[in-house]
Amino acid sequence: MALQRLVPDTLDGLRDAVAGALADGTRLAVEGQGSKRGLGRPVAADAILDLSGLSGITYYEPGELVMEALAGTPLAVIEAELAANNQHLAFEPGEVGHLWGTGGGSIGGVFACNLSGPRRPFAGAARDHLLGVAAVSGRGEAFSAGGRVVKNVTGYDMGKLLAGSFGTLAVMGRVTFKVLPRAEAERTILLFGLEPGGAIAALAKAGFGPWDISGAAWLPANAAARSAVAYIAGAGETVTAIRLEGARGAVAERCAALRGALSVAPTEELHTHNSRKFWAEMRDGSLIAPAQGVASSLWRVTLPTADAASVLAAVARRTGGEFLCDWQGGLAWLAINDDGMNAVEAATVLRAETAIAGGHAVLWRAADDVRSNVPVFGEQGDTVARLSQRIKANFDPAGILNPGPMAPVADGAS
Amino acid sequence: MLMPIPDAAVISRRAEIAAALRRRLPRGTVIDRAAGLSAFESDGLTAYRQQPLIAVLPADRDEVSAVLAYCADEGIKIVPRGAGTSLSGGALPLADGITLGLARLNRILDIDLVNRTVTVEPGVTNLAISAAVRELGFYYAPDPSSQVACTIGGNVAENAGGVHCLKYGLTTNNILGLEVALLGGERIRLGGKALDAPGLDLMGVIAGSEGLLGVVTEVTVRILRTPETARALLAGFAKVEDAARCVADIIAAGIIPAGMEMMDRPAIHAAEAYVGAGYPLDAEALLIIEVDGPAAEVSVAATRIEDVARVCGATSLRASRDETERLAFWAGRKAAFPAVGRITPDYYCMDGTIPRGRLPEVLAGIRALSERFGLGVANVFHAGDGNLHPLILYDANAPGELERAEEFGSEILRLCVRVGGVLTGEHGVGVEKRDLMDEVFGPDDLAHQQRLKCAFDAGGLLNPGKVFPTLHRCAELGRLHVHAGKLPHPDIERF
Repeated sequence: MALQRLVPDTLDGLRDAVAGALADGTRLAVEGQGSKRGLGRPVAADAILDLSGLSGITYYEPGELVMEALAGTPLAVIEAELAANNQHLAFEPGEVGHLWGTGGGSIGGVFACNLSGPRRPFAGAARDHLLGVAAVSGRGEAFSAGGRVVKNVTGYDMGKLLAGSFGTLAVMGRVTFKVLPRAEAERTILLFGLEPGGAIAALAKAGFGPWDISGAAWLPANAAARSAVAYIAGAGETVTAIRLEGARGAVAERCAALRGALSVAPTEELHTHNSRKFWAEMRDGSLIAPAQGVASSLWRVTLPTADAASVLAAVARRTGGEFLCDWQGGLAWLAINDDGMNAVEAATVLRAETAIAGGHAVLWRAADDVRSNVPVFGEQGDTVARLSQRIKANFDPAGILNPGPMAPVADGAS
Repeated sequence: MLMPIPDAAVISRRAEIAAALRRRLPRGTVIDRAAGLSAFESDGLTAYRQQPLIAVLPADRDEVSAVLAYCADEGIKIVPRGAGTSLSGGALPLADGITLGLARLNRILDIDLVNRTVTVEPGVTNLAISAAVRELGFYYAPDPSSQVACTIGGNVAENAGGVHCLKYGLTTNNILGLEVALLGGERIRLGGKALDAPGLDLMGVIAGSEGLLGVVTEVTVRILRTPETARALLAGFAKVEDAARCVADIIAAGIIPAGMEMMDRPAIHAAEAYVGAGYPLDAEALLIIEVDGPAAEVSVAATRIEDVARVCGATSLRASRDETERLAFWAGRKAAFPAVGRITPDYYCMDGTIPRGRLPEVLAGIRALSERFGLGVANVFHAGDGNLHPLILYDANAPGELERAEEFGSEILRLCVRVGGVLTGEHGVGVEKRDLMDEVFGPDDLAHQQRLKCAFDAGGLLNPGKVFPTLHRCAELGRLHVHAGKLPHPDIERF
C-alpha cells in the first residue's frame, strides 16, 4: 500500500505537518525530490514528508555571494540560476539519482546528505557552504540558525549539525548558502596508463606544486570507456585527470607548466567544453561501475590520500570489486557484483582495511535486504554514539524523523 | 553585565578543592593564591575582570581529563582558556569556577606533508603552525590578528577568522580532526585525515562553541601550499560609497581576492601616523586588496582589479611591486588597532557582519551614532566578507564613558542585525554580546541551540554565563510540547 504523502507548501505548513505527525505518532520519511531515497537503510515510516512543494529561490544577491532557497528546490533550478550569473556551488554537488533510477535532487537533499563533488578537497564540502537554515525539529518546533552573511559566529553552528544528518534531527525547510564565481576557463590534463599507485603519486605531485589544481581523479580503463568525452572513452587504458581553473590565458600557461612537470606518462589536454563535460560525469557518478541493471553493491570509501593506493589495492584484491578515484585518492567508489563477495563479508573486509588508515566506508547503494543487514554508515565509538543519541533524543524525542535505520546515529545504537 | 550568582558554598570550599586537585595533578599545576590568580582575571575584553576560584594549568591531555572528571563529580564550573586573547570575554573567569588553562599543551605532534596536515596540542599558537611548515612551502590559512599569541585550541573554540577568510574560510573550514575531552574526562576523536566522516558532524558544532561543549585537547589542521605569488593593491577613494561599490564590483567581476580590507579616514590617519605605510591621507576610504595564487592568475586579476577601481573613481591606486612593498601596504592595516590605541586612552572593538551592499548605509549610521553618543569611531574592517570592526574611542577613567561606549556598541550591532547582518563575524558572543542574542534569535531558536548544549553538558558546568542570555534547565527543554510556539518558560533564571 502506498504511504500517505504530506506535501507542505509553506514553512508554517511544514511545521504543522511535523507537529501533526508528532501528535499522531506518525513516523516520517523525509524527501526533497526523492532522488536519494535509496541511500542508507530502508526507512520504516508511516508517511512520506515530501518537500517538493517547498520550492523556489527566496533570495539571491550575486554580489553578496549568497543564495537562499526552499529546501525542495531542484538542484538543477539552483544551478541554472547561478550559471546565468557566472556563479556556481563551489563544492560541486552531483545529480546522483540515476544510481537508484530516480531523477534530479533537491538543494535540501544536497545539504542533508552533505553531498560534495570533485572540487571538495580544494573548495570545501557542502557543509562548509551552508550559512543558515530554517528547520523544524522532531519536536514540531520551527527554528532558525545562521544568517545571510558569509562570516558569522553568532551562536552554535547549527547548519553543521544538520548538514549530513540525513534529516534525522530536523527537517530543513529553507537553506541559505554561499555561492562563488565560476572560473571563466578550465583545462584538464590527462595522463594515460598509470596504475593506481603511480596515479595517486602523480596527483599528489600536482597538488604539491604551485599550480592550484581543482580536480584530481583516476579511472580504470573500463570506467574511462563509459565517458562521453572521446579522448577519455577512446583511451583503452587507465586515465588520470587533473583540472586547472582560472582566467582564460592564465589557465593555458599553468597547464603547460604542469604538463612539463608531469613527465611520468603520455599526456593529453581537455579544453573548457570537454573538461566541464568530464567533471560533470565525475560529479554525478556517471562513470561508476557497473551501470544500472547489473546487481551490485556500491560503496563510497574515504581515505587519507597517503594511504589510498595501498588500502584500495588490498580492498580490490580481497573483494574482487572495481573502483575509481576522486579527491587525489581520498575518495573511491567501489562496486562489488552480487555474484562476487556478499555484502556482509565485504563490509567486514572494507571496514577492517579502511579503519587501519583512519578511513570510512559507506554502503551507498545495495538491495533492500542487504541494506537491512549491514551497518550502512559504519560503527562509531561508544562515547560518540551515545553523544549522538542524546542529540537525537533532544531534537527528535519521539523518533519520528527518518526513523531508525536511515540515521547514521542509529547505526551505532544497533 | 550580570554573571550567574556565584555559589558561596563552592567558594567556601576553595582550599579543599585546591587540595583535591593537587592530589590528582603534578606539583606547580594548581594555582590558588591571589597573586597567581590575578594573571587570569580577564581576557582581551579587559573591561570585565574577575579572579577565578582556582586556576589549573595541566601539561598533558590526561591531566585535562583528570580535572574534568573531578569537576563533573563535584559539580564545579570550568572556564577553558587558551592564550586569553578573546575579544568577547569568552575566557572571563567565574568566582566559583576553575579556569582551565591549556597553554602548556604546546607540542606539535605530527607534520604530514603527503596528507597536508599538521596535528598539534591545543596550546600551540596559530602562528607557530605556519612557522613549523614555512620552510617546506606550506602555511595554515586562518590568521586572526592575535595570531602571534592566540592558541589553536582557542581558535577552534571561537571559530576564529582573520583577513583571509573571504577566500580560505574560518577555522571550521580548515580543521580536519579534533580530540575533545568531555565533561567527566572522557575523550572523543572526531574527523581525521580522511574527509567527511559519516555520522553527525560533532567537529563542526564544537568549532565556535566557545568552550561550552567540551575542551579541545588535539587539533589536526589542513595546511595549504604557500601561493606562488601574492600582490596587494592600495586604492584610495574620496567617498566611502565609491569604495563600497568597488568591493562589490570586484566580486561581480568574478574575482575572490585573498583579502579585501577597508579603512576609513580616522583609521587611515592613525595607521599612517604610527607606521608610515604610505597611505593616502586625503582619502575618505582606503581599500587594501590582495590577490594570491599562480603568478599568471595573479597578474590577470590584479589588472582587472585596477580597472574596476578606476571605474569606481579611485583617487589613488598603487600595486605592490615586490614582497617588501606588499608587506608595507599591510603594515598599516595590521597595526591599525594599536595605532588607534595611540590616539585614544581606550577603544572598544566591535565585530558585526552585514551584507556588503549595506556598507554605505551602515557606515553612515555609525557616524550618526558617533555624534549621538559623543564618542569618536574609527572603522577598520574585512570589507570582502562584510565583517565590520568599528573601534569606539573612549576614556575608561572618564565617568560614564565605558557605559556609553558599550551602549554605542550595542546600537551598532542592532543596526547590523536590522540590515540583515549578525552580531559577530569572528570574535564570538562570549559575555559581550550575550544579552543581544535575543535580537537575532527567537526563543525556539535559542532553545534548540541549548538542546545541543544539554547533550554535552546537562549540568551547565562548562563556561556558564557565556553565549546564552537565559539559563534553561535541560529537563525543561526536554519536555515535549505538541503544539508549536507554546513553550513558556515561567520559571527560567535570567541573569
